[in-house]
Amino acid sequence: MEHTIVRTEKFNAYFGANHVVKDVNISIPKNNVVAVMGPSGCGKTTFLRCINRMHELIAGATCEGEMLLNNEDVYDMHPIFVRLKIGMVFQRPNPFPNLSIYDNVIAGYKLNGIKMAKAEKDKIVENSLSRAALWNEVKDSLHKKGTFLSGGQQQRLCIARAIAMEPEVLLLDEPTSALDPISTASVEELLFELKKNYTLIIVTHNMQQAARVSDRTAFFYLGELVEYDDTKQMFTNPKDTRTQNYITGRFS
Amino acid sequence: METTVNNPGATRRDKLRVTSSLQTPDKVNVRRLRRSYRQIRTENAFRKTLIIMALAIFVLVVGIMITLIVQSIPSMKLLGVKYLWGKVWDPVQDIYGAYPFLLGTLLTSFLALIISVPFSFAVAIVLGEYYPRGWFSNLLKNVVELIAAIPSVIYGFWGLFVLVPIVRNFELKIGVQPMGVGIFTSSVILSIMVIPYAASMGREMIRMVPSPLKEGAYSLGATRWEVIRSIIMPYTKSGLFAGVLLSLGRALGETMAVTMVIGNTSLIPKNIFSPGNTMASVIANEFTEAASPVYLSALIELGLVLFLVTVVINMIGKRIIKRFTNE
Repeated sequence: MEHTIVRTEKFNAYFGANHVVKDVNISIPKNNVVAVMGPSGCGKTTFLRCINRMHELIAGATCEGEMLLNNEDVYDMHPIFVRLKIGMVFQRPNPFPNLSIYDNVIAGYKLNGIKMAKAEKDKIVENSLSRAALWNEVKDSLHKKGTFLSGGQQQRLCIARAIAMEPEVLLLDEPTSALDPISTASVEELLFELKKNYTLIIVTHNMQQAARVSDRTAFFYLGELVEYDDTKQMFTNPKDTRTQNYITGRFS
Repeated sequence: METTVNNPGATRRDKLRVTSSLQTPDKVNVRRLRRSYRQIRTENAFRKTLIIMALAIFVLVVGIMITLIVQSIPSMKLLGVKYLWGKVWDPVQDIYGAYPFLLGTLLTSFLALIISVPFSFAVAIVLGEYYPRGWFSNLLKNVVELIAAIPSVIYGFWGLFVLVPIVRNFELKIGVQPMGVGIFTSSVILSIMVIPYAASMGREMIRMVPSPLKEGAYSLGATRWEVIRSIIMPYTKSGLFAGVLLSLGRALGETMAVTMVIGNTSLIPKNIFSPGNTMASVIANEFTEAASPVYLSALIELGLVLFLVTVVINMIGKRIIKRFTNE
């Protein structure tokens, strides 16, 4: 049996009276890439943002049910510890514009007020940028502003920033939707590398991407988790007719 | 027309028909043209009016400047540049030195800024980040904006009846001459009056911080305070600074409230509790009694100095904002 890292039990999320995520039960195995796909407005991004408690930052947003990280409910922990254990990469690259590439990578440590020796910082920066496949491109311009990079590089910088904190799980919210095809390919390639060390949960509305990068796929429709299975199984032999309709392009 | 004339075989009736058939579309065209000419004329007149009105503002400012300069010539002739650092202001003996008032203006304004900025920023952060919507937010926002709308004579009154006794008690306790009125009291009144300028500007700036940036920081485990300190403040620093500058501009020129609580003496203030005068308060206070032409001219020159001080501070501020934004 694979080790389960994230598990939910009857998980619901709301925006005010709007029921966005309905009774989701899912368990996510360690060191896997799990794709969450579904049409727009199906609650997939909201579900993702519930995992590291980003959902509650929006006024009027609530949730209920169990969201377990290593069998511990994240809603019993302090949100700051949750977010240190579960990193996140956003739809649009959001490097901090006032910080250099170097400072962007260690921004998590800076924000949390962790003081380190320069050698230690250098090591973390090099290590994270290498794992984000960006080191060779930026090693000579570490002290330039991160916003000078291309979109794809910025997104890899954001991935480096997230993995610098050594999270157990990395959430990616449509990380390539704002990128061109070449940058998309480089980010996808990176995901393969990252899954050796991390568990990745990636939200995408691009089915091909889900098929390419993930081990398991979850299909959300109107807030419900319709089907959750091995990616190959899901794309070749879906059990639910709604899944079948979606992957054959009958609705989107 | 010519076609009909050069067509000898045509009957009169034919001629008429030809002419009219030729004329009709022409008439329509002319009418259409007239209409569009009229439109162009209106358009031009509108543009000219706008330009003239805009230029009028420019002329007005230059005119004020010229008036100030021309009217202060008698005092300049008599006193020269010494006027600026002359420490004595004695109209009876026709000795005029602006230094006590220059000092009074700068002291009250900067002291007021020091007191008001923490409050302005607090209001800006509360309204921009913590409670951007809701009844509490609206109430606080309107109350703060009301501060700017209250006539300054009311602040003067409130200062005289409420603040002055409080300050007097305080002065008794710390053992300085218990006047109540003075530089410090004026600074406190001013600090209240200038809060809305920095607060409104700061609120708008803080609201404009893109939420992906804030979320990026939250996702790395930052607390609210860390997000404010490390993301919002650096991102909005030029806007916050511009707001402080607006406040300063208001503080430098404020007249009525300051005149009522500053104590109106032409002596150089010994400390921040001493009574004094600002440039604006001297002008307001002594204009009516300025009997000799030189006295009047010296007061007008004071106005010119105040005008220049505000212009210079504005220019420095703009330069600093530019440097912040270019970074």
